[in-house]
Amino acid sequence: MAAGRAARTRLNGLFAVYKPPGVASIRVRDTLETLLLKELNSLEQPTVPQQVRFLPTTVEGNAGKELTLTVTQLPVLAAHPLVKGPEFTHLKIGAGHRLDTKSSGVFVLGVGHGNKLLTDMYNAHLTRVCSGTEPVWGLLCVTPILTRNQGQAYTVRGLFGKATDDFSDTGRLIEKTTFDHITGDKLERILAVIQGTNHKALLMYSNIDLKTQEAYELAVEGLIRPMEKTPPLITAIRCLQFAPPEFQLEIQCVHETQQYLRKIVHEIGLELKSTAVCTQVRRIRDGFFTLDNALPRTHWNLQNIRNSIKDSKIKVKVGLQRSLSHQARSGKRHTDMDQVAESELHSTEGTSASDLTQNEITTC
Amino acid sequence: MAFWARQISIWCSSVKTSNVANSIQRLRKTHRTWMQLDELSVLSLLCTDNRFLQRGLKTYRPVSLGSRLQSTNSSNGQIVSSESNLLSPVNHYQQQAEVIPSSDTKTLYEVWEDTPPSSALEEISEEEAVQIVAEPPLPLGSFTLRDYVDRSETLSKLVLLGVDLSKVEKRPNAGQLLLRLDFEKDIRKRLLFLKDVGVEDNQLGPLLTQNPYILAVDMEALETRVAYLKSKKFGKEAVARMVSRAPFLLSFSVERLDNRLGFFQKELGLSVQKTRDLVVRLPRLLTGSLEPIKENWQVCQVELGFRRNEIQHIVSQIPKILTANKRKLTETFDYLHNVMGIPHHILTKFPQVFNSKLLRVKERHMFLTFLGRAQYDPAQPSYISLDKLVSMPDEVFCTEVAKASVKDFEKFLKTL
Repeated sequence: MAAGRAARTRLNGLFAVYKPPGVASIRVRDTLETLLLKELNSLEQPTVPQQVRFLPTTVEGNAGKELTLTVTQLPVLAAHPLVKGPEFTHLKIGAGHRLDTKSSGVFVLGVGHGNKLLTDMYNAHLTRVCSGTEPVWGLLCVTPILTRNQGQAYTVRGLFGKATDDFSDTGRLIEKTTFDHITGDKLERILAVIQGTNHKALLMYSNIDLKTQEAYELAVEGLIRPMEKTPPLITAIRCLQFAPPEFQLEIQCVHETQQYLRKIVHEIGLELKSTAVCTQVRRIRDGFFTLDNALPRTHWNLQNIRNSIKDSKIKVKVGLQRSLSHQARSGKRHTDMDQVAESELHSTEGTSASDLTQNEITTC
Repeated sequence: MAFWARQISIWCSSVKTSNVANSIQRLRKTHRTWMQLDELSVLSLLCTDNRFLQRGLKTYRPVSLGSRLQSTNSSNGQIVSSESNLLSPVNHYQQQAEVIPSSDTKTLYEVWEDTPPSSALEEISEEEAVQIVAEPPLPLGSFTLRDYVDRSETLSKLVLLGVDLSKVEKRPNAGQLLLRLDFEKDIRKRLLFLKDVGVEDNQLGPLLTQNPYILAVDMEALETRVAYLKSKKFGKEAVARMVSRAPFLLSFSVERLDNRLGFFQKELGLSVQKTRDLVVRLPRLLTGSLEPIKENWQVCQVELGFRRNEIQHIVSQIPKILTANKRKLTETFDYLHNVMGIPHHILTKFPQVFNSKLLRVKERHMFLTFLGRAQYDPAQPSYISLDKLVSMPDEVFCTEVAKASVKDFEKFLKTL
């Protein structure tokens, strides 16, 4: 009886699953909840508590038949599982950044207390970026845009030559064009333009003055990003494959939706004086969770989810601490510039020292 | 008896009718099934032994609802009816209480003078002391059967039989029905009847969980329906199978069953033997509505483009197609026919593909295309039959059909 309850109380944290295409993310969340509830209920052993009762019976006494009370132990049927129902009927599972029905990829979910971490992750404004190594101290040549462990990253497949009303290949066809004139370097040029404009917007929304020491520190750490709600911003975009009419892009972005990415593909087609539709949008990373951490559908059970939560616990904690310390710093930034500058120096020294030790550990 | 009067008076004073009425109104909004105790079931629950009743109710008038209340004295009938007036917002079965003639009013006052309210310090004999039942009073109304199961013989026996009361109480009026029934009189006969029909012991519990209303059906009606099925030349095992797999079957009248069987014979154009096999295989067809079945039939003919004999073959192999979701059926067929390129006659040979989930078919097909092994034409080499594609579990599929490891399959799943 205790096994199920113990498992339930220990089931807290964040984990990632791989959402298959064609399924709504709410369905995925509900399926996981049902699976976990079924397993938790099966762990419980049905034991019915006994109750001591005094029942009147006839007993052959001194003067013929007598009424006495006999002691018996009877099960309390009100606590029988067939009367009570299953022990667990509800689990608090929250979904992180959602994916729409047609797209697939890493989908972060929180269980129990992990839901609080979900809100923290959202507030930390992590972007969804490709899997990468931890930032190496002193690597100044790395541009501030490639913010590691931040944001979301997608691989987007597109097809030249068609235009549809919802920018994907299952929509109603509007236009067909030729695409023979498109070459790889033309595509690269367009992507560079997109990246440049988005970079400018990113700096504008981040509200930092590039000429300050603080901005330099942030850039080195890779933490330049907008801390409030903004329109979708692409922090990096590059072409992985180009085989006309098909092409594949990798996009790292902040605050986006999958439909926005499809629109980007459509606009790339327009810029190249042709048309394009998006055939696949697949998220390969969401914050700290990458494809390796995501559980495929065959692995959706209690044991695997528990292991996944355990593995990601440390990463999530450290990452959130770093991001939220940056947020605290940026909060101070808006109060008084002079006071802020001094305190910034102290705080950055403190954090940079801790970062140094951390990175030393990772590199060693 | 004095102790009995004390019991009832304590219990009635704790009943506040206004509270009960208010709580009923509040609870009506919460859409849960509300069960109320009527007078008789209260008494039957409180007293599990005939002897008590006979002793305790010697002075009370018979109320003719029950099996156990056999007492004879008529003068205190008024007391019973006054208590039942207190319970009136709660009580639905008043019409069966006997009408008390006005000549009894005089005797009533006499009786009330004769038995003054008893004090707690009164001396009682040993036997009476032993008979005092000191359990807390039963709630007059409740959402769950948990409150009544320990004190009710009927409910305890049902639980020991395997009936899931937590599910039964969610059905409309089922909880109320079970409270009203008596095991010895009503339920035992029907259980024995079901056993005669051939339902196994371990299946009686689930059957009653799904259809508790069968306990309220007349015995003659049940017998006629089983006789009708036997007259249509369903064997004994077939009838047993049908009854256990479609719990609502015996709640349907003979005309409805006849109508359904006639529909399957005419619309689907199946022979008598085939209809029988179909119905035995999926007895749910007889208990569900006919509209979705007609629609699915039209879908198969018009949208999917199967010929009549093909549909008959598919339906006899996989009867579930008739009750499947229309949209999912068309989506699966669309993927199988247009994307995978499988013609109609092969789909007719392997109708189990319509039974499986579309996502599964998609993933496996894409894996095979990726490996270059997606060959569904029997004439070509390295042909993969559709049942192997769909019916096998993942490990067997990966090792035998796709000739790859399960890990590769999972890695591939993550690239979709």
